[in-house]
Amino acid sequence: MEDIIISTLQRTMVAGTPLLLATTGEIICERSGILNLGVEGVMAIGAVVAFIVTITTGQPWLGVLVAIGAGMAISIVHAFASVTLQANQVVSGLALTMLGLGLSGMLGKPYVGRPLQIKMDDWNIPFLSDIPYLGKILFSQSPLFYIAIALAFGSWFFLERTRLGIQIRSTGENPKATETQGVNVSKLRYLSVIIGGGFSGLAGAHLSISYSNSWIEGMTAGRGWIAIALTIFALWNPGRAIWAAFLFGGIFVIQYLLQPLGISPNFLSMLPYIATLLILLLISFKDSKKLNAPAMLGEPYKRDER
Amino acid sequence: MIKFKITDRYNITAFRSFMTNIVSLLAGLVVIGIIFLIVGVNPIYAISKIFTGSFGSVYGFKETITKAIPLILIGTGLALAFRAKFWNIGAEGQMLMGAILSTWVGLTFGDALPSYIIIPLIFLAGFIGGAFWGIIPAILKIKYSINEVISTLMLNYICAEILTMLIVGSWKGKTRFGYPGTDNLPDSAILGLIPGSRIHYVTLILAIICAIILCIAIYKTRFGYEARVVGDNPDAGKYAGINFLKTTLIIMAISGGLAGFAGVGEVAGIHHYLGYPASVSSGYGFTAIIVAWLAKLNPLFTIISGIFFAGILVGGDAIQISLGLPAATVEIVNGILLIFLIMGDYFLNHKITIQFSKN
Repeated sequence: MEDIIISTLQRTMVAGTPLLLATTGEIICERSGILNLGVEGVMAIGAVVAFIVTITTGQPWLGVLVAIGAGMAISIVHAFASVTLQANQVVSGLALTMLGLGLSGMLGKPYVGRPLQIKMDDWNIPFLSDIPYLGKILFSQSPLFYIAIALAFGSWFFLERTRLGIQIRSTGENPKATETQGVNVSKLRYLSVIIGGGFSGLAGAHLSISYSNSWIEGMTAGRGWIAIALTIFALWNPGRAIWAAFLFGGIFVIQYLLQPLGISPNFLSMLPYIATLLILLLISFKDSKKLNAPAMLGEPYKRDER
Repeated sequence: MIKFKITDRYNITAFRSFMTNIVSLLAGLVVIGIIFLIVGVNPIYAISKIFTGSFGSVYGFKETITKAIPLILIGTGLALAFRAKFWNIGAEGQMLMGAILSTWVGLTFGDALPSYIIIPLIFLAGFIGGAFWGIIPAILKIKYSINEVISTLMLNYICAEILTMLIVGSWKGKTRFGYPGTDNLPDSAILGLIPGSRIHYVTLILAIICAIILCIAIYKTRFGYEARVVGDNPDAGKYAGINFLKTTLIIMAISGGLAGFAGVGEVAGIHHYLGYPASVSSGYGFTAIIVAWLAKLNPLFTIISGIFFAGILVGGDAIQISLGLPAATVEIVNGILLIFLIMGDYFLNHKITIQFSKN
């Protein structure tokens, strides 16, 4: 029993990592006022690119870097459409998801079913990994797990405490006032969308070269969409995103735990999606003023003619 | 020095709107061609093959019309929902729920009833199934302000799992030799085809009628006006006393119901039994988003844009076979065309003049 609990919690951390990465990225993006529904597609791109680079070069870290770069690059499409062309952000994000899922399917086709020989090794943190129970759960994980947590804390600090982060937030709240302060709204929004894309790419890389060691089409399985829901659930705060993401990691893992009990596997597969609806329902009972949603989320910003 | 001066364009003619779409699609095709070039496929051959494969032969054209049926039905419903700025991304799930309910009606009552009773019944069941699955996100949005993009998507996944649970479980057919899937619908519940094709004409006629009715409803009725106000100017709508819950519920019942119709057509017209979700919905719910957008959210134009995108699906199948490209190719084509369509809107809504000045 003890072993089951430890391994469940350990796998919860693994399953929560891509969710945390994607959610943190989406928080930064949405804080600037841009809704990016392309997360699912960008994650798929990150996953396939990381896999291809790792399998051909044998360098997982190179795979990670290229995945981040690819995520950033493809997100420029959404930034251009929603910032420069002031297009409808819902439709533009959907188009990005279609494009990302399609490109990943095309690029990954020759690699379907090929197992990765060199996976990203887990890191055993000296001393800490020897702590009973906790050591196994928290301190002998994939390096991307530590990176995800560090990035979430870092993003919190960035958004709350740094000048640039505060400018990004005020861009999402009141772009006009921000611009009168001499801030280039468009530039900040481009930056935020691209950073968010990098996070999604990294999340995808975790899926294909750390979580599993193979590539299959559609392996993102709605995680990108769940990340968008977690952004709301986390009240646009990367700190809250940490426990939100691992809560959902747990829901992904609990399926395997319940399967031997004779519950329909199809019903268990529904759990993350049902849980997503439930948390959004839960959050809706909160006072909308405390929700903290960026005031101008999804609204194109049009500069006045001067 | 060259300067671009950007001003808003207020009077947009139908002709300009049409031409913008054409230019956007052509620009999208150029980018798609570049992608083909990168993956080592002759772009001119591949793109021309997409269109000759779908519109260039009698067989291809018949297949195009077959695939246009669900696209027109769903696209029409989405055009209505998107007008009210209700971003219904859940047509896949609504279509599946329609397929589930109509299969149940067909299998349960089909043997005992003649075609002229059972076929209207399965369409009714399909509409109710789709409408039910469409109403849920409407309630969630208006009552609990839950973002409909996320809820409709989650409901897609949930419905696909429900369907799979049924076909591997209690609904598994005796005639399937252990494979997932229900038994075939009784003959009386199966839709007739135009001879020599897979065009289930009842659904086709239904799709065209729905597009016409919805076009009239949007532009000529109080309901259509309210739907547009809910989307364009919710604050004004509240002052005018529009009941948001009621209007949104009706919109989503129609939008989901039409997707349900499409599900009936696929089951009773094409497959004749309920199989895996991916084979029933085939991504039509997502492709129809682009169909609605290309039609500029006018239900009548979804007939044309539905046929166009059905052509891309059929042509996509053709190049998959002849060039060995993966199935995902069609998704890339769709994604890029959608991106260019929304980019084109900018040039439709803005006037860009180039000024030369001495500097």
